[in-house]
Amino acid sequence: MTENRPSKPQSGRQNLDPHLERYAARTAGMTASEIRALFAVASRPEVVSLAGGMPNLAALPLDTLSAQVAEIIAEDGLVALQYGSAHGVPVLREQICEIMALEGIKAHPDDVVVTVGSQMGLDMVTRLFCDPGDVVIAEGPSYVGALGSFAAYQAQVVHVEMDDRGLVPSLLREALDRTEKAGRRVKFLYTIPNFHNPAGVTLAVERRAEILEICREHGVLVVEDNPYGLLGFDGQTYPALRSTDPDNVVYLGSFSKTFASGLRVGWVLAPHAVREKLVLAAESATLCPPTFNQMIVSRYLATHDWKGQIKKFRENYRERRDAILSALDQYLPPGCSWTKPDGGFYVWVTVPEGVDTKAMLPRAVTARVAYASGTGFYADGFGSRQMRLSYCYPTPERIREGVRRLAAVLESEMDLARTFGSVGSRQIQGPQTPSPDTV
Amino acid sequence: MVDRTVAVLAGGLSHERDVSLRSGRRLSAALKSESFGIEEWDTDAGLLERLRTQRPDAVVVALHGGEGENGSVQTVLEMLDVPFVGTGSQGCRRAWDKPTAKALLQNAGFVTPGWVVLPHSTFRELGAQAVLDAMVERLGLPLILKPDQGGSALGTQVVREAAELPAAMVGCFAYGDTVLAERYVDGVEVAVTVIEGEDGPEALPAVEIVPESGVYDYTARYTAGLTDFFTPARLDDAAAKAVAELAVAAHRVLGLRDISRTDAIVTPDGTVHFLEVNPSPGLTETSTVPMAIEAAGKSLGTVFAELIARAISR
Repeated sequence: MTENRPSKPQSGRQNLDPHLERYAARTAGMTASEIRALFAVASRPEVVSLAGGMPNLAALPLDTLSAQVAEIIAEDGLVALQYGSAHGVPVLREQICEIMALEGIKAHPDDVVVTVGSQMGLDMVTRLFCDPGDVVIAEGPSYVGALGSFAAYQAQVVHVEMDDRGLVPSLLREALDRTEKAGRRVKFLYTIPNFHNPAGVTLAVERRAEILEICREHGVLVVEDNPYGLLGFDGQTYPALRSTDPDNVVYLGSFSKTFASGLRVGWVLAPHAVREKLVLAAESATLCPPTFNQMIVSRYLATHDWKGQIKKFRENYRERRDAILSALDQYLPPGCSWTKPDGGFYVWVTVPEGVDTKAMLPRAVTARVAYASGTGFYADGFGSRQMRLSYCYPTPERIREGVRRLAAVLESEMDLARTFGSVGSRQIQGPQTPSPDTV
Repeated sequence: MVDRTVAVLAGGLSHERDVSLRSGRRLSAALKSESFGIEEWDTDAGLLERLRTQRPDAVVVALHGGEGENGSVQTVLEMLDVPFVGTGSQGCRRAWDKPTAKALLQNAGFVTPGWVVLPHSTFRELGAQAVLDAMVERLGLPLILKPDQGGSALGTQVVREAAELPAAMVGCFAYGDTVLAERYVDGVEVAVTVIEGEDGPEALPAVEIVPESGVYDYTARYTAGLTDFFTPARLDDAAAKAVAELAVAAHRVLGLRDISRTDAIVTPDGTVHFLEVNPSPGLTETSTVPMAIEAAGKSLGTVFAELIARAISR
């Protein structure tokens, strides 16, 4: 478009990124996005955000914690503020084994690697196993942060559908057969069996053995991500996949939902050989997880009624779950459906045909309510009729108000859909990597 | 030493909050080196109280979109007699509404791409397909869809095929109830900053915008490296003069004050087409106003220091 213009040669080209030609191919999706911009508004108190999965920490005993943190510095400051082992603080690894025992896992502390949140564990596991083009099988939908890690290592994701009892074994088998027949190399199944993010469903206990068996048959590793397992609203727990197949399951755990997300302490439990590589990978990534934070978690576990604390969290979340389900029943227009979680943070909503939840987000933000569009939870562009609502953080009153606003937004969008017919997803720019607003 | 206290308003609740926060941070940093006492204020329910009690010597409005650009915040500042940098409430209203700005510039003798403005209700009541067909008949393809109010290209789409129109309309209506559909004009895209000084409004060197994707959308605007800029724009003398005249005229015709940015397209025959004008232009690391200021041999801090002095003395 510049050919016919008399040019002025003294005008120089200015590109604002002098490193543009140097980036790795995997940075291709790392661009500014409208969706991220909208979430800047969602963080304002005027907006009811049902988007982010921020744990509600209000019930934490801050006075006690404050004293404990001071004690750590006073008594063990030179250790707490020093580098540590990439493997993690030994006493914390022992305590982690006690926690995992609640879900039937028998583990040795040596097989636990402490990580900077389980997100780092996920990143390292993907780094260890995936070459560009390898396939990861994941539930559809799946955790946006996991999809971000898989994309960063240029792995391809094949989604397997769930029903209200979680991953469907027959569909998993079909997906594996189909993928292998196409000559593609499947590295692992990534699964969130309990109180799924974002779907809110739990893998039925009777399906668990079958899923493990299918993966074994196909020579596929299982990566079990279980941040919500202790947050069943009736105190119920389910046997971890790792508890029955220690050799073929890598287990990811986290203190983010059961204690304090800001400390960024999680862990990986892996078979011996994998664990050795994880430690080496952790060294190259961070040298070691923060010693101070590990000591805070360890002292909290040793001195506090942490099970009682989790019970308080569960009660808070149950109250909020009740509020959102009741509000959805009361306000959402006909044609919408949603899951009914019995633990965790999320409800997965399906909206009527013709409504695109990603295209609708600006309207929602104008109406002072935010949610996470379903498309972020799929690697293949699916999910435009879905959205994730997080009930974990707002008060029950705010949740009800947020759903009331969302219902009005949906009515307007359905009106638009009726006007313009059922339209495909508009390709507005969404996040390629997870943000705190969608995690 | 701090001579004056200046409140930079940034953030707000518009879709451009993130951009505004970045503009505000950059401007604040520039003004701190000019010996101002700078406070960055978000706009919320406490704003009036802060304005009354803290009474800054001047306010700089670095808000983009919504209340910060449609004249609402400016009305509040005028009611409280707080000196502020930027266009007053009436000028903001004229510039903020894109169809109004286009009509006023066209009436003043300038060229602007043909357009139609339609609310959702018209499509609903008259039948979407019939109205879309008439729109395409009138404007041709490709065409541009924009929310009639708003910035940062949010909701803006180039539609090349009629089949893309329904989805594009839905996307655009998500940002507002009325759509501006505009004839697509191919040419050199420029942004011209106007700064008002002792001698009246003056155009700075035009910045030519060449997005890698061909479309200067939100991603191209705010991802460093995805757009090339040429300052001054690679225009011949006549075209460079014409875009400068257009920008100054837009500033005057719409009643803008202190600073504005006019976006235009120069077609190969040298015709300058007015697109829109921004009374509160972006000041981020990837925005064109700081580039133009630098090309004029000035700094963001000194330019705004002068504008603040003017605002205080008004």
